[in-house]
Amino acid sequence: MAVLVVAAHDGKTVRSNVANAVTAAGQMGSDVTVLVAGSNCADAAKSAAGISGVAKVLQAEDAAYANWLAEDVAPLVVKLAPGYSHIVMAADSVGKNLAPRVAALLDVGQVSEAIKVVSPDTFVRPIYAGNAMATVQTADKIKVVTIRPTNFKAATAGGSAAIEQIGGEGAKGLSSYVGAELSKSERPELTSAKIVVSGGRGLASGENFKILEALADKLGAGLGASRAAVDAGYVPNDYQVGQTGKVVAPDLYIAVGISGAIQHLAGMKDSKTIVAINKDEEAPIFQVADYGIVGDLFQIVPELTAAVEKK
Amino acid sequence: MKVLVAVKRVIDYNVKIRVKTDNTGVETANVKMSMNPFDEIAVEEAIRMREKGAATEVIVFSAGPAQCQETIRTALAMGADRGVLVQTDAELQPLAVAKLLKAVVDKEQPGLVIVGKQAIDDDSNATGQMLAALLGWSQGTFANKLNIADGSIEVKREVDGGLENIKLKMPAVITTDLRLNEPRYASLPNIMKAKKKPIEVLAPDALGVDVTPRLKTLKVEEPPKRKGGVKLKTVAELVDKLRNEAGVI
Repeated sequence: MAVLVVAAHDGKTVRSNVANAVTAAGQMGSDVTVLVAGSNCADAAKSAAGISGVAKVLQAEDAAYANWLAEDVAPLVVKLAPGYSHIVMAADSVGKNLAPRVAALLDVGQVSEAIKVVSPDTFVRPIYAGNAMATVQTADKIKVVTIRPTNFKAATAGGSAAIEQIGGEGAKGLSSYVGAELSKSERPELTSAKIVVSGGRGLASGENFKILEALADKLGAGLGASRAAVDAGYVPNDYQVGQTGKVVAPDLYIAVGISGAIQHLAGMKDSKTIVAINKDEEAPIFQVADYGIVGDLFQIVPELTAAVEKK
Repeated sequence: MKVLVAVKRVIDYNVKIRVKTDNTGVETANVKMSMNPFDEIAVEEAIRMREKGAATEVIVFSAGPAQCQETIRTALAMGADRGVLVQTDAELQPLAVAKLLKAVVDKEQPGLVIVGKQAIDDDSNATGQMLAALLGWSQGTFANKLNIADGSIEVKREVDGGLENIKLKMPAVITTDLRLNEPRYASLPNIMKAKKKPIEVLAPDALGVDVTPRLKTLKVEEPPKRKGGVKLKTVAELVDKLRNEAGVI
Protein backbone atom coordinates (compact mmCIF):
# COMPACT_ATOMS: atom_id res chain seq x y z
CA MET A 1 0.00 0.00 0.00
CA ALA A 2 1.28 3.42 -0.91
CA VAL A 3 1.09 6.18 1.67
CA LEU A 4 1.27 9.90 0.97
CA VAL A 5 2.77 12.14 3.64
CA VAL A 6 1.96 15.80 3.13
CA ALA A 7 4.89 17.82 4.43
CA ALA A 8 4.82 21.32 5.86
CA HIS A 9 8.05 23.25 5.37
CA ASP A 10 9.63 26.69 5.47
CA GLY A 11 10.94 26.60 1.90
CA LYS A 12 14.37 25.35 2.97
CA THR A 13 13.61 22.24 5.00
CA VAL A 14 10.53 20.25 5.84
CA ARG A 15 9.38 20.57 9.44
CA SER A 16 11.08 18.18 11.84
CA ASN A 17 7.74 16.48 12.53
CA VAL A 18 7.68 15.18 8.93
CA ALA A 19 10.26 12.60 10.03
CA ASN A 20 7.80 11.45 12.71
CA ALA A 21 4.99 11.32 10.15
CA VAL A 22 7.19 9.19 7.86
CA THR A 23 7.66 6.68 10.68
CA ALA A 24 3.89 6.55 11.26
CA ALA A 25 3.28 6.25 7.51
CA GLY A 26 5.72 3.33 7.34
CA GLN A 27 3.52 1.49 9.83
CA MET A 28 0.46 2.00 7.60
CA GLY A 29 2.00 0.92 4.31
CA SER A 30 5.33 0.02 2.78
CA ASP A 31 5.74 2.63 0.10
CA VAL A 32 6.02 6.16 1.51
CA THR A 33 5.81 9.19 -0.78
CA VAL A 34 6.23 12.73 0.57
CA LEU A 35 4.47 15.66 -1.07
CA VAL A 36 6.28 18.98 -0.81
CA ALA A 37 4.10 21.74 -2.23
CA GLY A 38 5.31 25.30 -2.27
CA SER A 39 6.89 28.14 -4.11
CA ASN A 40 10.65 27.69 -4.55
CA CYS A 41 10.61 24.57 -2.44
CA ALA A 42 13.43 22.61 -4.12
CA ASP A 43 15.54 22.67 -0.95
CA ALA A 44 12.61 21.50 1.15
CA ALA A 45 12.00 18.67 -1.32
CA LYS A 46 15.67 17.70 -1.02
CA SER A 47 15.41 17.62 2.77
CA ALA A 48 12.38 15.31 2.50
CA ALA A 49 14.29 13.04 0.12
CA GLY A 50 16.98 12.70 2.78
CA ILE A 51 14.62 11.15 5.32
CA SER A 52 15.20 7.43 5.64
CA GLY A 53 12.20 5.36 4.59
CA VAL A 54 10.95 7.80 1.97
CA ALA A 55 10.61 6.10 -1.43
CA LYS A 56 9.73 9.18 -3.46
CA VAL A 57 9.23 12.92 -3.12
CA LEU A 58 6.71 14.83 -5.18
CA GLN A 59 7.66 18.49 -5.54
CA ALA A 60 4.73 20.67 -6.58
CA GLU A 61 5.87 24.16 -7.49
CA ASP A 62 3.13 26.75 -7.60
CA ALA A 63 3.00 30.32 -6.30
CA ALA A 64 -0.43 29.42 -4.89
CA TYR A 65 1.19 27.06 -2.37
CA ALA A 66 3.60 29.61 -0.90
CA ASN A 67 1.64 30.09 2.31
CA TRP A 68 -0.17 26.81 2.70
CA LEU A 69 -3.69 28.09 2.22
CA ALA A 70 -5.91 25.03 2.65
CA GLU A 71 -8.28 26.20 -0.10
CA ASP A 72 -5.42 25.95 -2.62
CA VAL A 73 -3.39 22.99 -1.34
CA ALA A 74 -6.36 20.66 -0.67
CA PRO A 75 -7.30 20.25 -4.38
CA LEU A 76 -3.73 19.14 -5.15
CA VAL A 77 -3.79 16.49 -2.42
CA VAL A 78 -7.24 15.36 -3.55
CA LYS A 79 -6.00 14.99 -7.12
CA LEU A 80 -3.12 12.78 -5.97
CA ALA A 81 -5.19 10.82 -3.42
CA PRO A 82 -6.52 8.00 -5.64
CA GLY A 83 -2.99 6.60 -5.92
CA TYR A 84 -2.70 6.09 -2.16
CA SER A 85 -4.27 4.07 0.64
CA HIS A 86 -3.45 6.69 3.29
CA ILE A 87 -2.85 10.41 3.47
CA VAL A 88 -0.82 11.33 6.54
CA MET A 89 -0.02 14.68 8.10
CA ALA A 90 1.48 15.76 11.40
CA ALA A 91 -1.22 17.21 13.66
CA ASP A 92 0.30 20.70 13.78
CA SER A 93 -1.44 23.91 12.79
CA VAL A 94 -0.87 23.17 9.08
CA GLY A 95 -2.09 19.57 9.24
CA LYS A 96 -5.07 20.40 11.42
CA ASN A 97 -6.14 23.08 8.97
CA LEU A 98 -5.62 21.09 5.77
CA ALA A 99 -6.31 17.41 6.47
CA PRO A 100 -10.06 17.66 7.29
CA ARG A 101 -10.62 19.73 4.16
CA VAL A 102 -8.97 16.97 2.12
CA ALA A 103 -10.99 14.28 3.92
CA ALA A 104 -14.32 15.96 3.25
CA LEU A 105 -13.48 16.53 -0.42
CA LEU A 106 -12.76 12.79 -0.65
CA ASP A 107 -15.95 12.01 1.31
CA VAL A 108 -14.01 10.12 3.98
CA GLY A 109 -13.77 10.48 7.75
CA GLN A 110 -10.60 11.64 9.44
CA VAL A 111 -8.60 9.92 12.12
CA SER A 112 -7.38 12.89 14.17
CA GLU A 113 -4.13 12.84 16.16
CA ALA A 114 -3.39 9.13 16.05
CA ILE A 115 -0.85 8.14 18.69
CA LYS A 116 -0.49 4.53 17.60
CA VAL A 117 -0.96 2.52 14.43
CA VAL A 118 -2.51 -0.81 15.43
CA SER A 119 -2.94 -1.99 11.85
CA PRO A 120 -3.31 -0.17 8.53
CA ASP A 121 -6.99 0.53 9.25
CA THR A 122 -6.95 0.73 13.06
CA PHE A 123 -5.54 3.52 15.20
CA VAL A 124 -5.42 4.64 18.81
CA ARG A 125 -6.26 8.28 19.45
CA PRO A 126 -6.78 10.29 22.61
CA ILE A 127 -10.21 11.71 23.40
CA TYR A 128 -11.40 13.90 26.29
CA ALA A 129 -8.05 15.66 26.57
CA GLY A 130 -6.24 12.36 26.75
CA ASN A 131 -8.33 11.09 29.65
CA ALA A 132 -9.48 8.20 27.47
CA MET A 133 -7.88 6.36 24.58
CA ALA A 134 -10.13 5.26 21.72
CA THR A 135 -9.20 2.50 19.29
CA VAL A 136 -10.91 3.32 16.02
CA GLN A 137 -11.19 1.44 12.76
CA THR A 138 -11.93 3.07 9.44
CA ALA A 139 -13.48 1.35 6.45
CA ASP A 140 -12.89 4.31 4.14
CA LYS A 141 -10.94 3.43 1.02
CA ILE A 142 -8.56 6.33 1.41
CA LYS A 143 -7.66 6.91 5.03
CA VAL A 144 -6.88 10.45 6.09
CA VAL A 145 -4.86 10.39 9.30
CA THR A 146 -3.18 13.11 11.31
CA ILE A 147 -0.58 11.85 13.74
CA ARG A 148 0.71 13.24 17.01
CA PRO A 149 4.44 13.62 16.28
CA THR A 150 5.64 13.05 19.84
CA ASN A 151 4.24 9.51 19.78
CA PHE A 152 6.27 8.39 16.77
CA LYS A 153 10.05 8.23 16.68
CA ALA A 154 11.54 10.48 14.04
CA ALA A 155 12.82 8.60 10.98
CA THR A 156 16.56 9.04 10.72
CA ALA A 157 18.44 10.89 8.00
CA GLY A 158 20.25 8.96 5.31
CA GLY A 159 17.60 8.53 2.66
CA SER A 160 18.10 9.34 -0.98
CA ALA A 161 14.67 9.28 -2.54
CA ALA A 162 14.05 10.42 -6.09
CA ILE A 163 12.37 13.80 -6.51
CA GLU A 164 9.63 14.07 -9.11
CA GLN A 165 8.36 17.45 -10.26
CA ILE A 166 4.61 17.74 -10.55
CA GLY A 167 2.52 20.71 -11.55
CA GLY A 168 0.34 22.80 -9.29
CA GLU A 169 -3.37 23.40 -9.48
CA GLY A 170 -3.19 27.17 -9.23
CA ALA A 171 -5.00 29.46 -6.82
CA LYS A 172 -8.73 29.13 -6.22
CA GLY A 173 -9.07 32.78 -5.30
CA LEU A 174 -10.99 32.05 -2.10
CA SER A 175 -8.34 33.22 0.32
CA SER A 176 -5.13 35.18 0.40
CA TYR A 177 -2.20 35.47 2.76
CA VAL A 178 -1.62 38.86 4.35
CA GLY A 179 1.27 38.30 6.72
CA ALA A 180 2.41 36.78 9.96
CA GLU A 181 3.38 37.95 13.41
CA LEU A 182 5.70 35.20 14.46
CA SER A 183 7.34 35.01 17.85
CA LYS A 184 11.08 35.38 17.55
CA SER A 185 13.08 33.05 19.71
CA GLU A 186 16.56 31.60 19.74
CA ARG A 187 15.37 28.81 21.98
CA PRO A 188 14.60 25.30 20.74
CA GLU A 189 11.16 24.81 19.26
CA LEU A 190 8.72 23.68 21.92
CA THR A 191 7.50 20.43 20.35
CA SER A 192 10.99 19.10 19.59
CA ALA A 193 12.94 20.45 22.59
CA LYS A 194 14.59 17.89 24.91
CA ILE A 195 13.80 20.06 27.90
CA VAL A 196 10.81 22.37 28.32
CA VAL A 197 10.35 24.97 31.05
CA SER A 198 6.73 26.14 31.37
CA GLY A 199 5.15 28.89 33.41
CA GLY A 200 1.62 29.43 34.62
CA ARG A 201 -0.51 31.95 36.42
CA GLY A 202 1.86 31.70 39.39
CA LEU A 203 4.37 33.84 37.48
CA ALA A 204 1.93 36.74 37.99
CA SER A 205 3.23 38.81 35.05
CA GLY A 206 4.91 38.59 31.66
CA GLU A 207 7.87 40.44 33.12
CA ASN A 208 8.41 37.61 35.61
CA PHE A 209 8.83 35.09 32.78
CA LYS A 210 12.40 36.43 32.66
CA ILE A 211 13.34 34.14 35.53
CA LEU A 212 12.10 31.17 33.47
CA GLU A 213 13.99 32.42 30.43
CA ALA A 214 17.18 32.43 32.47
CA LEU A 215 16.57 28.84 33.56
CA ALA A 216 15.58 27.76 30.03
CA ASP A 217 18.75 29.31 28.60
CA LYS A 218 20.91 27.50 31.13
CA LEU A 219 19.27 24.19 30.25
CA GLY A 220 18.99 24.80 26.50
CA ALA A 221 15.25 24.37 26.97
CA GLY A 222 12.17 25.46 25.08
CA LEU A 223 9.79 27.82 26.86
CA GLY A 224 6.11 27.01 27.30
CA ALA A 225 3.12 28.20 29.26
CA SER A 226 -0.27 27.18 30.55
CA ARG A 227 -3.45 28.54 29.02
CA ALA A 228 -3.93 30.76 32.05
CA ALA A 229 -0.61 32.50 31.41
CA VAL A 230 -1.42 32.99 27.71
CA ASP A 231 -4.94 34.25 28.41
CA ALA A 232 -3.52 36.69 30.95
CA GLY A 233 -1.26 38.03 28.21
CA TYR A 234 2.04 37.08 29.91
CA VAL A 235 3.28 35.29 26.78
CA PRO A 236 2.13 34.79 23.14
CA ASN A 237 -0.35 32.08 22.11
CA ASP A 238 2.28 29.83 20.54
CA TYR A 239 3.71 29.12 24.03
CA GLN A 240 0.56 27.27 25.07
CA VAL A 241 0.95 23.64 26.06
CA GLY A 242 -2.24 21.64 26.45
CA GLN A 243 -5.28 19.95 24.95
CA THR A 244 -5.83 22.72 22.45
CA GLY A 245 -2.32 24.10 22.30
CA LYS A 246 0.87 22.18 21.70
CA VAL A 247 1.51 18.64 22.82
CA VAL A 248 5.04 18.10 24.07
CA ALA A 249 6.87 15.04 25.36
CA PRO A 250 10.41 16.13 26.26
CA ASP A 251 12.86 14.23 28.44
CA LEU A 252 12.35 16.86 31.12
CA TYR A 253 9.34 19.12 31.68
CA ILE A 254 9.57 21.71 34.43
CA ALA A 255 6.17 23.16 35.36
CA VAL A 256 6.51 26.38 37.32
CA GLY A 257 3.51 28.01 38.97
CA ILE A 258 1.17 25.76 37.00
CA SER A 259 -1.68 24.19 38.96
CA GLY A 260 -2.20 21.37 36.46
CA ALA A 261 -5.69 21.58 34.97
CA ILE A 262 -6.56 18.45 32.97
CA GLN A 263 -6.39 20.53 29.81
CA HIS A 264 -2.75 21.36 30.57
CA LEU A 265 -1.83 17.83 31.63
CA ALA A 266 -3.15 16.61 28.26
CA GLY A 267 -0.31 18.47 26.59
CA MET A 268 2.62 17.31 28.69
CA LYS A 269 1.92 14.14 30.64
CA ASP A 270 3.87 11.97 28.18
CA SER A 271 7.07 13.78 29.19
CA LYS A 272 9.72 11.41 30.50
CA THR A 273 10.45 13.28 33.71
CA ILE A 274 8.17 15.97 35.14
CA VAL A 275 9.19 18.50 37.77
CA ALA A 276 6.62 20.71 39.48
CA ILE A 277 7.34 23.86 41.42
CA ASN A 278 4.27 25.31 43.09
CA LYS A 279 3.40 27.01 46.35
CA ASP A 280 0.16 25.04 46.70
CA GLU A 281 0.96 21.54 47.86
CA GLU A 282 -2.53 20.38 46.85
CA ALA A 283 -2.02 21.45 43.20
CA PRO A 284 -2.97 18.60 40.82
CA ILE A 285 0.32 19.02 38.96
CA PHE A 286 2.02 17.15 41.83
CA GLN A 287 -0.06 14.05 41.01
CA VAL A 288 1.81 13.63 37.72
CA ALA A 289 5.18 15.07 38.73
CA ASP A 290 8.14 12.79 39.39
CA TYR A 291 9.75 15.45 41.53
CA GLY A 292 8.00 18.31 43.23
CA ILE A 293 9.04 21.23 45.36
CA VAL A 294 6.42 23.10 47.34
CA GLY A 295 7.44 26.70 47.79
CA ASP A 296 7.93 30.16 46.38
CA LEU A 297 8.89 29.91 42.73
CA PHE A 298 10.55 33.34 42.84
CA GLN A 299 13.06 31.91 45.28
CA ILE A 300 13.31 28.36 43.92
CA VAL A 301 13.73 29.09 40.19
CA PRO A 302 16.75 31.43 40.51
CA GLU A 303 18.27 28.95 42.96
CA LEU A 304 17.73 26.15 40.45
CA THR A 305 19.24 28.23 37.65
CA ALA A 306 22.33 28.83 39.78
CA ALA A 307 22.56 25.18 40.82
CA VAL A 308 22.30 23.93 37.23
CA GLU A 309 25.16 26.24 36.33
CA LYS A 310 27.70 24.78 38.69
CA LYS A 311 28.19 21.23 37.65
CA MET B 1 -26.18 38.96 6.63
CA LYS B 2 -27.22 35.91 8.60
CA VAL B 3 -24.60 34.18 10.74
CA LEU B 4 -24.95 30.49 11.54
CA VAL B 5 -23.20 29.10 14.61
CA ALA B 6 -22.96 25.45 15.54
CA VAL B 7 -23.02 24.31 19.15
CA LYS B 8 -22.28 20.87 20.55
CA ARG B 9 -23.56 19.39 23.78
CA VAL B 10 -20.60 17.83 25.58
CA ILE B 11 -19.64 16.66 29.04
CA ASP B 12 -18.89 19.80 31.06
CA TYR B 13 -15.20 20.70 30.94
CA ASN B 14 -14.92 20.56 34.73
CA VAL B 15 -16.14 16.98 34.97
CA LYS B 16 -13.54 14.28 35.44
CA ILE B 17 -14.68 11.70 32.91
CA ARG B 18 -14.93 7.98 33.61
CA VAL B 19 -14.34 5.24 31.05
CA LYS B 20 -17.12 2.63 31.09
CA THR B 21 -16.07 -0.66 32.64
CA ASP B 22 -17.02 -2.57 29.48
CA ASN B 23 -14.68 -0.28 27.46
CA THR B 24 -17.41 0.77 25.02
CA GLY B 25 -17.07 4.47 25.71
CA VAL B 26 -17.20 7.16 28.35
CA GLU B 27 -19.90 7.31 31.03
CA THR B 28 -22.43 10.03 30.15
CA ALA B 29 -25.36 9.01 32.36
CA ASN B 30 -25.97 11.48 35.22
CA VAL B 31 -23.04 13.60 34.13
CA LYS B 32 -23.27 17.38 33.83
CA MET B 33 -23.48 18.42 30.19
CA SER B 34 -22.88 21.88 28.78
CA MET B 35 -22.01 23.75 25.61
CA ASN B 36 -18.60 23.00 24.12
CA PRO B 37 -16.45 25.96 25.33
CA PHE B 38 -15.15 26.77 21.83
CA ASP B 39 -18.74 26.96 20.60
CA GLU B 40 -19.58 29.50 23.32
CA ILE B 41 -16.86 31.66 21.79
CA ALA B 42 -18.49 31.17 18.37
CA VAL B 43 -21.90 32.23 19.71
CA GLU B 44 -20.40 35.28 21.42
CA GLU B 45 -18.61 36.38 18.25
CA ALA B 46 -21.79 36.09 16.18
CA ILE B 47 -23.81 38.07 18.72
CA ARG B 48 -21.16 40.81 18.75
CA MET B 49 -21.38 40.99 14.95
CA ARG B 50 -25.11 41.54 15.19
CA GLU B 51 -24.68 44.13 17.92
CA LYS B 52 -22.21 46.01 15.72
CA GLY B 53 -24.60 45.81 12.77
CA ALA B 54 -22.43 43.46 10.72
CA ALA B 55 -24.96 40.65 11.08
CA THR B 56 -28.75 40.76 10.94
CA GLU B 57 -29.62 37.44 12.52
CA VAL B 58 -27.80 34.77 14.54
CA ILE B 59 -29.03 31.21 13.96
CA VAL B 60 -27.87 28.45 16.29
CA PHE B 61 -27.46 24.93 14.95
CA SER B 62 -27.03 21.75 16.91
CA ALA B 63 -27.27 18.06 16.09
CA GLY B 64 -27.86 15.16 18.44
CA PRO B 65 -30.45 13.99 20.96
CA ALA B 66 -33.47 16.02 22.10
CA GLN B 67 -31.47 17.44 25.05
CA CYS B 68 -29.42 19.49 22.58
CA GLN B 69 -32.39 21.88 22.73
CA GLU B 70 -31.00 22.95 26.12
CA THR B 71 -27.65 23.76 24.53
CA ILE B 72 -29.39 25.78 21.82
CA ARG B 73 -31.45 27.49 24.55
CA THR B 74 -28.20 28.52 26.27
CA ALA B 75 -27.06 30.20 23.06
CA LEU B 76 -30.46 31.88 22.67
CA ALA B 77 -30.14 33.18 26.23
CA MET B 78 -26.76 34.66 25.34
CA GLY B 79 -28.54 36.56 22.56
CA ALA B 80 -28.85 34.38 19.46
CA ASP B 81 -32.16 34.76 17.59
CA ARG B 82 -33.41 31.28 16.76
CA GLY B 83 -32.36 27.66 16.70
CA VAL B 84 -32.25 24.66 14.38
CA LEU B 85 -31.86 21.19 15.86
CA VAL B 86 -31.20 18.15 13.73
CA GLN B 87 -32.49 15.58 16.17
CA THR B 88 -31.09 12.07 16.18
CA ASP B 89 -29.90 9.56 18.74
CA ALA B 90 -27.40 8.15 16.24
CA GLU B 91 -23.68 8.63 16.82
CA LEU B 92 -22.56 11.68 14.85
CA GLN B 93 -19.03 12.10 13.59
CA PRO B 94 -17.51 15.29 12.12
CA LEU B 95 -18.16 14.42 8.46
CA ALA B 96 -21.83 13.70 9.20
CA VAL B 97 -22.21 16.92 11.19
CA ALA B 98 -20.56 18.86 8.36
CA LYS B 99 -23.07 17.37 5.91
CA LEU B 100 -26.00 18.25 8.17
CA LEU B 101 -24.62 21.76 8.54
CA LYS B 102 -24.23 22.06 4.79
CA ALA B 103 -27.89 21.11 4.30
CA VAL B 104 -28.94 23.81 6.75
CA VAL B 105 -26.57 26.33 5.16
CA ASP B 106 -28.10 25.59 1.74
CA LYS B 107 -31.51 26.37 3.24
CA GLU B 108 -30.61 29.41 5.34
CA GLN B 109 -27.94 30.99 3.10
CA PRO B 110 -25.84 32.61 5.85
CA GLY B 111 -22.90 34.82 4.89
CA LEU B 112 -20.77 33.32 7.62
CA VAL B 113 -20.65 30.11 9.64
CA ILE B 114 -18.77 30.16 12.96
CA VAL B 115 -17.97 26.94 14.82
CA GLY B 116 -15.64 25.99 17.66
CA LYS B 117 -12.26 24.74 16.47
CA GLN B 118 -12.69 21.49 18.33
CA ALA B 119 -15.10 19.75 20.65
CA ILE B 120 -13.62 18.83 24.01
CA ASP B 121 -15.11 15.34 23.90
CA ASP B 122 -13.82 13.74 20.69
CA ASP B 123 -11.07 16.36 20.15
CA SER B 124 -11.33 15.87 16.37
CA ASN B 125 -10.84 19.46 15.20
CA ALA B 126 -12.42 18.73 11.81
CA THR B 127 -16.05 19.81 11.39
CA GLY B 128 -15.44 23.42 10.34
CA GLN B 129 -12.81 22.54 7.77
CA MET B 130 -15.02 19.75 6.42
CA LEU B 131 -17.99 22.09 6.11
CA ALA B 132 -15.89 24.65 4.22
CA ALA B 133 -14.77 21.88 1.86
CA LEU B 134 -18.30 20.63 1.21
CA LEU B 135 -19.54 24.17 0.55
CA GLY B 136 -16.50 25.13 -1.53
CA TRP B 137 -16.03 28.10 0.82
CA SER B 138 -12.93 29.62 2.32
CA GLN B 139 -11.94 28.70 5.87
CA GLY B 140 -10.44 30.73 8.69
CA THR B 141 -9.41 28.23 11.32
CA PHE B 142 -8.17 28.88 14.89
CA ALA B 143 -9.37 32.49 14.73
CA ASN B 144 -7.91 34.95 17.22
CA LYS B 145 -9.48 38.06 15.69
CA LEU B 146 -12.00 38.79 12.92
CA ASN B 147 -12.62 41.89 10.88
CA ILE B 148 -15.35 42.07 8.23
CA ALA B 149 -14.78 44.56 5.40
CA ASP B 150 -16.43 44.78 1.96
CA GLY B 151 -17.38 41.22 1.15
CA SER B 152 -14.30 39.78 2.72
CA ILE B 153 -13.19 38.88 6.21
CA GLU B 154 -9.73 39.28 7.70
CA VAL B 155 -8.80 36.50 10.07
CA LYS B 156 -5.92 36.55 12.52
CA ARG B 157 -5.11 32.89 13.16
CA GLU B 158 -3.27 31.18 16.01
CA VAL B 159 -0.59 29.05 14.34
CA ASP B 160 2.47 27.10 15.54
CA GLY B 161 4.89 30.00 15.28
CA GLY B 162 2.58 32.75 16.51
CA LEU B 163 -0.14 34.56 14.57
CA GLU B 164 -0.96 34.62 10.87
CA ASN B 165 -3.23 37.01 8.97
CA ILE B 166 -5.30 35.87 6.02
CA LYS B 167 -8.11 37.43 4.03
CA LEU B 168 -11.08 35.32 3.00
CA LYS B 169 -13.69 35.83 0.36
CA MET B 170 -17.15 35.57 1.88
CA PRO B 171 -19.16 33.47 2.50
CA ALA B 172 -16.69 31.73 4.78
CA VAL B 173 -16.40 29.26 7.62
CA ILE B 174 -14.60 30.40 10.77
CA THR B 175 -13.39 28.15 13.59
CA THR B 176 -12.72 29.82 16.92
CA ASP B 177 -9.66 29.68 19.10
CA LEU B 178 -9.53 30.57 22.79
CA ARG B 179 -8.50 34.20 22.54
CA LEU B 180 -11.15 35.36 20.05
CA ASN B 181 -13.37 36.72 22.83
CA GLU B 182 -14.67 36.09 26.31
CA PRO B 183 -18.21 34.75 26.15
CA ARG B 184 -20.83 36.58 28.20
CA TYR B 185 -23.05 35.07 30.82
CA ALA B 186 -26.75 35.04 30.06
CA SER B 187 -28.74 37.44 32.25
CA LEU B 188 -31.92 36.27 33.94
CA PRO B 189 -34.23 38.40 31.73
CA ASN B 190 -32.48 37.02 28.66
CA ILE B 191 -32.87 33.45 29.91
CA MET B 192 -36.61 34.13 30.25
CA LYS B 193 -36.75 35.70 26.79
CA ALA B 194 -34.88 32.75 25.28
CA LYS B 195 -37.71 30.43 26.27
CA LYS B 196 -39.94 32.10 23.71
CA LYS B 197 -37.42 32.03 20.86
CA PRO B 198 -38.19 29.43 18.17
CA ILE B 199 -36.26 26.20 17.67
CA GLU B 200 -36.94 24.28 14.48
CA VAL B 201 -36.50 20.52 14.82
CA LEU B 202 -35.47 18.51 11.76
CA ALA B 203 -34.55 14.87 11.08
CA PRO B 204 -31.36 13.88 9.22
CA ASP B 205 -33.50 12.02 6.65
CA ALA B 206 -35.50 15.16 5.90
CA LEU B 207 -32.20 16.82 4.97
CA GLY B 208 -31.19 13.85 2.83
CA VAL B 209 -28.04 13.20 4.83
CA ASP B 210 -26.64 9.76 5.61
CA VAL B 211 -25.04 10.09 9.05
CA THR B 212 -23.59 6.57 9.25
CA PRO B 213 -20.28 6.80 11.18
CA ARG B 214 -17.11 6.28 9.13
CA LEU B 215 -14.99 5.34 12.11
CA LYS B 216 -15.93 2.38 14.24
CA THR B 217 -14.87 2.66 17.86
CA LEU B 218 -13.53 -0.76 18.83
CA LYS B 219 -12.77 0.12 22.43
CA VAL B 220 -12.19 2.99 24.81
CA GLU B 221 -9.65 2.59 27.58
CA GLU B 222 -8.15 4.50 30.47
CA PRO B 223 -4.79 5.99 29.60
CA PRO B 224 -1.79 4.61 31.45
CA LYS B 225 -1.69 6.30 34.85
CA ARG B 226 1.29 8.38 35.82
CA LYS B 227 2.40 7.77 39.32
CA GLY B 228 2.96 10.82 41.45
CA GLY B 229 6.55 11.03 42.55
CA VAL B 230 8.30 12.48 45.52
CA LYS B 231 8.23 15.92 47.06
CA LEU B 232 11.67 17.28 47.69
CA LYS B 233 12.71 19.86 50.24
CA THR B 234 15.61 21.58 48.53
CA VAL B 235 16.82 22.62 45.10
CA ALA B 236 20.07 20.74 45.75
CA GLU B 237 18.07 17.51 46.18
CA LEU B 238 16.19 18.20 42.95
CA VAL B 239 19.35 18.84 40.94
CA ASP B 240 20.88 15.66 42.35
CA LYS B 241 17.80 13.60 41.36
CA LEU B 242 17.69 15.11 37.86
CA ARG B 243 21.39 14.46 37.34
CA ASN B 244 21.86 11.09 38.98
CA GLU B 245 18.45 9.38 39.10
CA ALA B 246 16.60 10.63 36.02
CA GLY B 247 19.73 11.53 34.08
CA VAL B 248 18.00 14.33 32.20
CA ILE B 249 20.33 17.25 32.83
